[in-house]
Amino acid sequence: MIVSAVSSIADAPEWATRLRELGFIEGEPVAVLRRGQPGGEPLAVRVGVSTFALRKAEAACVRVRPAAEGR
Amino acid sequence: MSTAVPVDMSHLAPPLVALVGNPNCGKTALFNLLTGSRQKVANYAGVTVERKEGVLRTRSGRRLAVLDLPGTYSLVPHSPDEQVTCDVLSGRLQGERRPDMIIAVVDATHLPRQLRLVLGLIRMGLPVVVALNMTDLARARGFEVDAAKLSRELGVPVVSTVAVKARGAEALLAELEQGVAKDVALRIPAQAVAAAAGDPREDHRRVREILTALGLDALQAHTFTMRADQLLLNPVLGPVVLVALLFLIFQAVFAWAEAPMGWIEAATGAVGDLVGGLLPEGLLRSLLVDGIVAGLGGVLVFLPQIVILFFFILLLEESGYLPRAAFLLDRLMGGVGLSGRSFIPLLSSFACAIPGIMATRTIQNPRDRWVTIMIAPLMTCSARLPVYALLIGAFIPAREVAGGLELQGLVLFALYIAGIVSAIAIAWLVKHFGARDRTQTLMMELPDYHWPSMRNIAIGLWQRVMIFLRRVGGIILALTVLLWFLATFPAPPEGAAGPAIEYSFAGMLGSFMLPLFEPLGFNWQIAISLVPGMAAREVAVSALGTVYALSATGDDTAEALAPLIAASWGLPTALSLLAWFVFAPQCLSTLATVRRETGGWRAPLLMAGYLFGLAWLASFATFRIASSCCS
Ligand SMILES: Nc1nc2c(ncn2[C@@H]2O[C@H](COP(=O)(O)OP(=O)(O)OP(=O)(O)O)[C@@H](O)[C@H]2O)c(=O)[nH]1
Ligand SMILES: [Mg+2]
Repeated sequence: MIVSAVSSIADAPEWATRLRELGFIEGEPVAVLRRGQPGGEPLAVRVGVSTFALRKAEAACVRVRPAAEGR
Repeated sequence: MSTAVPVDMSHLAPPLVALVGNPNCGKTALFNLLTGSRQKVANYAGVTVERKEGVLRTRSGRRLAVLDLPGTYSLVPHSPDEQVTCDVLSGRLQGERRPDMIIAVVDATHLPRQLRLVLGLIRMGLPVVVALNMTDLARARGFEVDAAKLSRELGVPVVSTVAVKARGAEALLAELEQGVAKDVALRIPAQAVAAAAGDPREDHRRVREILTALGLDALQAHTFTMRADQLLLNPVLGPVVLVALLFLIFQAVFAWAEAPMGWIEAATGAVGDLVGGLLPEGLLRSLLVDGIVAGLGGVLVFLPQIVILFFFILLLEESGYLPRAAFLLDRLMGGVGLSGRSFIPLLSSFACAIPGIMATRTIQNPRDRWVTIMIAPLMTCSARLPVYALLIGAFIPAREVAGGLELQGLVLFALYIAGIVSAIAIAWLVKHFGARDRTQTLMMELPDYHWPSMRNIAIGLWQRVMIFLRRVGGIILALTVLLWFLATFPAPPEGAAGPAIEYSFAGMLGSFMLPLFEPLGFNWQIAISLVPGMAAREVAVSALGTVYALSATGDDTAEALAPLIAASWGLPTALSLLAWFVFAPQCLSTLATVRRETGGWRAPLLMAGYLFGLAWLASFATFRIASSCCS
C-alpha cells in the first residue's frame, strides 16, 4: 500500500503534521504488520524502514491506495 | 592596549555544541563517548527528557561545552521533552545561551526521516556537522552510506560514527577541532526555529533526491525485527511471553540472590562481632555495633536482589522490547483512560519514581501526563525491595508450591501486582469522575531490536551498584546515626525497668505516633522506622535494625534482623506493614519532583494525601482480615 493522503481529526488538528513528520508522507509505502487485541487496536504500522504503533483513530488519518495503481 | 591583537577568549565560557536528532539515534551514547559521562542510554524513543551538559577536551586542549538534548521528530514540538530541545535551539530557555554549533546525529539505518530533520536544522542557520551514527549496523545489514557524497549533497560536513564503540567518534572529534574554530567567530544570527521547520513533504522530496544520488533509495526494513515482531506482537502469544518474562524476573530475584545474600549477612555479623569485641562496652560501641553495623548491614544485604532486578531491566531496555510491551498493554491501559505512552514512565518507576515522573515528559496529552504522574509512586520502586524482602524472608516460609514455583517469589510478585492493580483502579476512577478530555495520542515508535551489548549492561549495573552504595554510605548512614542518637538519648532514669530506648526521644516519638498506627497492628518500633523512611525508604529497614538492636536486652544484638522481628511480630502485623509499603506515600524527593514537574503544590499535596489514606486503609483492612483468619 501507498499513502495517498494524510489528514487530521477535529479534536487533534496537529496529527497530520505529526504523522508526516514520522514519515507518513504521500507516496510512501506502508503496511500494517500487526493488530493488537481486543478490538484490533493498536496497529503496528511499517512506513519506509520504520515501525510505529498507532491507535485506530490515528491510522484512520492515513489514507492509502494499492501500490500497483501507478501514480 | 592594542585592538589589533586577537582577544584571548579562553577564559570565557567555552563554545556550546548541541547534539540534536530524532529520538533513539544515539545522541546520548555519543555524548557519553565525547564527554566521558554516563547518562542513560537505551533502545527506545524518549530516554533523554532534559538537557544535560558535559565538557569535551579536544586533543589540542580546547574546551567545548557539549549539550545532550531530548530527541525530536521535528522543530515543531509536540510534547514537553521536544519543547526542551526546541527552546534550547531558539535560545528561548531562561538563563541558557544559544548553541554555537549543532551536531546533527543521524541513524544510518533510518535515513529518510532523520535527514528531513537535518534539512530543518541546516535552515536554522547555525553551523551544523552531521554525525552519521550506527554505521556498524548499516554495514551489518549490507549497505554503506558514503559520507563524502552525503556531505556534498547537504552542503555541511558529514562524519561517520559508532557511538557504542571506544574511539568510535574520532572523525567527529577531528571535525569539531576545525569546525568550531572557524565557525564560532561567525555567530550567524539564526532565524526562528519554527520558521525553519518547513513542510515535511518538501523536505521529503529533497531527501528522496539525496538518497537516489547515494544509491540508497531501496532500503529494506530490518528482517530480524519483522520476524521477531510476528511472535512478540502476536495477539495471543505476545502477552503470554510478556507475563512469562515478568514472572521469570521475580523468581530470579529471590532464587539467584540467596547465596550472595548469605555471604553479606555472614560478613556483617563478623564485622559486628569484631568491632564489638575490640571496643569496651559504652556509647561508641553502641553507635558502631547497634547503629551503623546493624543498620547498614540490614540494607546492604539486599544489594544482590537489586543487581538481579536491574540486570533484567537493562536487558529489556537495550534490546528494544519495552515499546513492544507498551504496545501489548495499550488496550488494557486504554480501558482506564491511559495509553501505551504511559507504560515506559510507569515501568521506569519500578527503579525509582523520580526518573519515571521525569519520563512523563514524553506524553503529549497533559491530562494523561498528570494521571501518569499521580500513579507512578504506586509502582514498586527498588527502594521498597529491601522492605519487602526483609518481611517476606522473615514471615513467608521458603517452600515450593505447585509446579516448582517458589512461595516467596510468588508473594513478591503479588505485591508488585497489588501496586499495579491499585494504579489501574485509580486511573479508572479519574477517567470516570474526572474531567473528560480530548483524544489521546499514541504514535509510538517501535525501534529495531538490538543485541544488548554486555559491556553496556555491565556499565549500567555498575552504576546501579554505585548509586545504591552511595545511598547506603550517604543518606542512609546519616539517618541511621541520627536515629541511633534519638534512640539512645536521653538516658533512662535511675532504676528504670525495660530497655533504655523506651525512655529516649525515639521512644517518645514512637508512643506519640502509636495511636495513629496501632489500629494497623504496628508497634512503636515500626512507627519510629516510618519517619526516617520518608527521606529514603530503605532506611525503614536500617531503622528497624537499629531500634531492635537497641531494644534488645542481653547479648543477642549482633543477631540478624529477620529472625528478631519474626519472633516479636505476628503474621498480621507483617502483612499489614507490607500493605502499608505498597502505597507508602513517604518519599520526600518524589514529592519534590512532582512539584517541579507540575509547577505547583497542588499535585504533590494531593498525591501525599491520597497515598497516605490508601496506605492506612489497606493496612487496616489487611490487619483486621489477617487477625481474624489467624485466631
Ligand atoms: N550498534 C550501535 N548501536 C548504537 C549506536 N549508537 C547508539 N546505539 C544504541 O542505540 C540505542 C539508542 O541510543 P541513545 O544514545 O539512548 O539514543 P538517543 O538519541 O539519546 O535517544 P533519546 O534520548 O531517546 O532521544 C541504544 O540502545 C544504544 O546502545 C551505534 O553507533 N551502533
Ligand atoms: Mg538520549
